[in-house]
Amino acid sequence: MGKRSIFKFQLFVAADSQNSVQATANLGALCRKYLPGRHEIEIVDVFLEPKRALAEDIRMTPTLLKTSPRPVQKIVGNLSQTQRVLDTLGLIAGAA
Amino acid sequence: MKADRLRGAAASTKAPTGIAGFDEITGGGLPRGRTALVQGGPGSGKTIFSLQFLVNGARHFKEPGIFVAFEETSQRIMANAESFDWRLPQLLRKQLLFVDAQPQPDLAQSGDFDLCGMLAGLEAQAAAQKTRRIVFDALDIVLALLPDLAARRREIYRLHDWLLRRGLTCVMTLKAAPDEPNSVTQQPYGFMQFMVDCSVILNHSVVLGVSQRNLRVQKYRGSQYDENESPFVIGKMGFDVAIVRLLGRADSAVTNERVTSGVKRLDTMLGGGYYRAACVLITGFPGTAKTTLSGAFADAACRRGERTLFVSFDSDGTEVIRNLSSVGILLNRHVKSGVLRMASSRTVNGSAEMCLVRIKELAQAHGTRCLVIDPVSVLSQFGNEITAYGVAERLIDWSKAERITLVCTSLSNEISERAEDDTLLHMSAMADTWIHLNYLVQAGERNRGMSIIKSRGTAHSNQVRELILSNEGVTLADIFTAGGEVLMGTMRWEKESAERVAVEVAAVARKLKGVTLDAEQAELGVRLKAVQTEFIAKQIEKTLLARTTASRKAEVLRGNVRMRELRGGDVAAPRRR
Repeated sequence: MGKRSIFKFQLFVAADSQNSVQATANLGALCRKYLPGRHEIEIVDVFLEPKRALAEDIRMTPTLLKTSPRPVQKIVGNLSQTQRVLDTLGLIAGAA
Repeated sequence: MKADRLRGAAASTKAPTGIAGFDEITGGGLPRGRTALVQGGPGSGKTIFSLQFLVNGARHFKEPGIFVAFEETSQRIMANAESFDWRLPQLLRKQLLFVDAQPQPDLAQSGDFDLCGMLAGLEAQAAAQKTRRIVFDALDIVLALLPDLAARRREIYRLHDWLLRRGLTCVMTLKAAPDEPNSVTQQPYGFMQFMVDCSVILNHSVVLGVSQRNLRVQKYRGSQYDENESPFVIGKMGFDVAIVRLLGRADSAVTNERVTSGVKRLDTMLGGGYYRAACVLITGFPGTAKTTLSGAFADAACRRGERTLFVSFDSDGTEVIRNLSSVGILLNRHVKSGVLRMASSRTVNGSAEMCLVRIKELAQAHGTRCLVIDPVSVLSQFGNEITAYGVAERLIDWSKAERITLVCTSLSNEISERAEDDTLLHMSAMADTWIHLNYLVQAGERNRGMSIIKSRGTAHSNQVRELILSNEGVTLADIFTAGGEVLMGTMRWEKESAERVAVEVAAVARKLKGVTLDAEQAELGVRLKAVQTEFIAKQIEKTLLARTTASRKAEVLRGNVRMRELRGGDVAAPRRR
């Protein structure tokens, strides 16, 4: 995993439910802070695209799906615990 | 008309589960379009119950269903379900869908979340499948991931709202503390109790090493239900909930038809035999020929061509056949022809409930019309004391409903003071005919005595008979009572032969007397003839005498006249004198 690789995210949300709105905001803030200029975020509304949610086995919303770089990872929740997200993604808080 | 419509409306408010017994307890099934909660400890049968609800709905009621698995994977659930006769694969894809929703063990989680993703997916699937029923199995697994009680409550209400909107009949299962299934209100999900419309508690306990399962409906909004704990077993068809008596089935058609007991004189004593579909109880000490008597019944039934099931707990089927052949009851031919099915404790075992279920299954598979259970007292052994009574009651109920003639033997306790000891099952009160076999020890002999203690609806003999087993079969003999004592065996034979001799002597004496009388009569006849002859002789003599007297008189007169003529005297002169 090169340091310069681009992080591709899919964020599965449930319309404008509280957790989903929070997750969208948290993810945006996190990316701006730790992955400036090297992230792509796609927001998927499970109510609009249920087939896609099924295909990806999304049961709980919001769920963050990191498709690139490998391995594919899933994080469930509104991403309020930033440290937990960074640990999972393999990013170190002070690295940026 | 109105009643019909009301009933129709009542029926449509319930979604039948198709689970034997459960629909009867709840008066039709689970609340339609509502949520039911099924709680129980590990291994109490929650998954089986809920899956069976879906399988039956899909197969019998045209209600497709979705099974959402939070704990076990759908593959494992399907593999486990293979042991049941559900033919699950037929239903898959179209009528029955599995949705895996197990949280991955290494699931990364950050902060609060909700179940909208799952509901969105389910919504799409439900619309495509026209789903009517849904199961959330082990909901507690996913709820445990939520950070606080408020979040859990929020998600459950979200789920509940969605279900109500979709009009789905739902079963949610939750783990309950195994020790205190009644304390669910104390648990984290206690509030679910108040949210759902129906709550069912499953309980699995072990009493003296015997597994006992119980099911109880804790609440059911807007419906009557049986509030008691009902024992159930998990058999080949899944759940089988035991229910004591069903209205409408309680009064099974009564018949006057008789079936032979297999012993001719016993039939006579009973006024023609047992009633068809009756329950006959044969009690007795070990070795009093209970098995033999029931074997005679089975043999007679098979000879009529009626399919018979012989459940032998004490010994193997082949042993029973061998033993009975020594008294002229040949069952082997019936086994070969397929009319008779022998079952032993190898195929029928477990708790009393389990035995009943196995017996029912075997009887059904065999198309049984006559059933022998030898001995039924086994049901009350080994930790089954509490449930055995109910099992026996249901056994009788079931056999009557199925119009099966039931012959049960029961072992009496030899130590017991009362000779006619009742078993723990209290079956004697429920049985239609009760035959008691007893030993009579007398003059160095042990003989079998048989008496009919009761036989409902039948004039029956009050006398004790001696039961005789020979290689020609079972026969009954009258017993003799002498000086208030009952005689059996050799003493009966002695008494019989003594009586035979007495009869012979009497016959000879009668004959002798007849001959003597004949002789006397003949003698009198001879004497009578002699007297008669003498009488006639006397008569003749008398006539002769009279005649000679008359002729002499005439002669004398003639002589006098002649003398007077000769003397020339007057004729008239002597007459005037």
